[in-house]
Amino acid sequence: MKKTVAFTSMLLIVSAVLFGCGSQPADKAAPQPPQESKPAGGADVSEEMKSVTDSYRAYALEQIDQFVQATESFTDAVKNGDLEKAQALYAPTRMFYERIEPIAEALGDLDPDIDARENDVPDEEWRGFHRIEKGLWIDKTTKGYETYADQLINDAKLLRGKVETVEVTPQMLVTGAVELLNEVSSSKVTGEEERYSHTDLYDFAANVEGAEKIYELLKPAIEKKDSGLSQEIEKRFAEVDKLLASCKKGEGYVLYTELGEEQIKKLSQAIDNLAEPLSNMGIVLEG
Amino acid sequence: MTDESRNKAGTSDFLTQPISRRNMLKLAGIGGIGALVGASGMGGVLALTQASGSGSMNKAGAAGGIVPFYGEHQAGILTEVQNHVYFASFDITAEKRPEVIDLFRDWTAAAANMTQGRDVAEKLANEYVPPADTGEAAGLLPSNLTITFGVGPSFFLKDGVDRFGLGAKRPQALSELPVFPLDDLQPEWCGGDVCVQVCADDPQVAFHALRNLTRRARGIAAVRWTQAGFQRTHQADPKKATPRNLFGFKDGTGNPDVNDPKLMNQYVWVQPQDGPAWLAGGTYLVVRRIQMRIEVWDRTTLRDQEDTFGRHRDSGAPLGGQDEFEPLDLNRKDKNGQLVIPATAHARIAHGDGQVKLLRRSFSYADGIEPKTGALNAGHLFICFQRDPARQFIPIQQNLAKNDKLNEYIVHRGSGIFACFPGVKQGSYLGEALFS
Repeated sequence: MKKTVAFTSMLLIVSAVLFGCGSQPADKAAPQPPQESKPAGGADVSEEMKSVTDSYRAYALEQIDQFVQATESFTDAVKNGDLEKAQALYAPTRMFYERIEPIAEALGDLDPDIDARENDVPDEEWRGFHRIEKGLWIDKTTKGYETYADQLINDAKLLRGKVETVEVTPQMLVTGAVELLNEVSSSKVTGEEERYSHTDLYDFAANVEGAEKIYELLKPAIEKKDSGLSQEIEKRFAEVDKLLASCKKGEGYVLYTELGEEQIKKLSQAIDNLAEPLSNMGIVLEG
Repeated sequence: MTDESRNKAGTSDFLTQPISRRNMLKLAGIGGIGALVGASGMGGVLALTQASGSGSMNKAGAAGGIVPFYGEHQAGILTEVQNHVYFASFDITAEKRPEVIDLFRDWTAAAANMTQGRDVAEKLANEYVPPADTGEAAGLLPSNLTITFGVGPSFFLKDGVDRFGLGAKRPQALSELPVFPLDDLQPEWCGGDVCVQVCADDPQVAFHALRNLTRRARGIAAVRWTQAGFQRTHQADPKKATPRNLFGFKDGTGNPDVNDPKLMNQYVWVQPQDGPAWLAGGTYLVVRRIQMRIEVWDRTTLRDQEDTFGRHRDSGAPLGGQDEFEPLDLNRKDKNGQLVIPATAHARIAHGDGQVKLLRRSFSYADGIEPKTGALNAGHLFICFQRDPARQFIPIQQNLAKNDKLNEYIVHRGSGIFACFPGVKQGSYLGEALFS
């Protein structure tokens, strides 16, 4: 879960599409549609964007399906009292969610139910992954967390149903990619997201993968407008990927607490270096 | 050199360029002539305001408070010291020379724009991308903004690696400073591949410039350390007396006259015969972040304070003297046979034999408190320019570190040395002679 401001703005954009008329995604969703949009060739662009958003929608659905499956295994382990297995499944399960986090967050109250951190919500409302995380790593038990496990798998399934209804717009993708990296900057690179399990790098990697997916889909359109920009974005993704690869451990990643100060700074700066050019992907939305 | 003085801000270059709306608004604001200004260039506006006879036109901000960016030397060196500084040291994170050249090209254009009161880059029509300029200086006067760039020893050679194939061009004089006695340097306040000194009469204008340069450098260079500093403002001191440091003493009294080109060539500018060629017309910048033991100083008697500096606090005159600018009489003794200016006084040690001078351009800083002790974290951002550090800053500082009574009240925490490029000609870019 992230800061409320960004969350709200994303929510506004998406809900406008969700509950408005869905047939003209591009302009309807923009807070202030530019006056000069759609010159000659505009139809062409929107055709291209249509295929981009369709592809992304398919990707999001694929991720959410895997998320539900993985959450099922994770919550089963909690309910079966298998602490070790639950701990092992925790971080990889979350990655499916983190890859499409802006979409999940846009779906209103489900995000806090699934992903709120301690003190994000009143204690009596606190549930979801991080509640169970605290049990698994601080209390070192699954006992007493069965109810949270049941709630979590139900919420995951509810989310699955809602994602189906999301209208994906090009603006949403452009903003969403940067939001994914903002997620990394604001909570993962500081070790705040996974404060008990210290598995922040899993979320970090998943957020970056989610942003990279969006870039890959928009790449042909970006190249037409500014091939220098796409080259720079790719270079910066490569730098982040290289740093992340150096943090690999087996199938997963080292714990946040194993990172040195210098490593954290490098990771943080690599994300800023990437997010800066990535924030210019909006050139594809120009008429 | 007077060509950098802000009174001459209206160069022909500035007069002939098309006037931006933003500049127009600024000028309109100053002279209250908004309604009169037509669509002509800046020359017309100046003519109008000058004709109006408004006294405000003679002030720094009158011509927009603009210091020319292009010229024989970089601005921000001989320029009359502005009220605020943001000093930043960058590490180059890119590995290839073309990327570094791209950065300096981009920074040149960005600095030329911002110092002249324009946005860092042209506005974008597209609302789906972030604005090119971060916006916090919109509508503000240029405020005599100057941006001065230099490269440090590690730019040429880092951990034994000649990263950009420029190792052979590193001047001998651009070597890491020696460790001086009593130095307590902290790595996070030291060194850097590139320095950027941003000065302006407004802190927000200064911050805006540094922020935008930092943003544009992402992926090529990252900030290593930065220090904001201030002097008394010109509003607070319309007579422009020598500014005081946080110990309450005047600082900069002995500076060579920046309006004397001969002196500047002698003490500040690297001469063609000094080598290397790419640095002729440039200068060496030494920066020291000097923490002041404020609490200790504040409980020191006036007599001790004045003996420490060798000057009277109120007037700035040498001890026993009347006038700030009278020469130091270093041999004078009192009736007990004691030196009037004590042997360990700062003014005496810094003066040396009087033959070695450098151009100081320092600021104060105040950064909250020391978390451990609760003491005020404040001090002196010492910045100086010189033709040859080995003959200027280094021997002076060796002497000060060994003998200066002021050392009881200060500690050097940060340090850096940089070679500041010569000025940029329009169409060229910062450091072109180094890279080509």
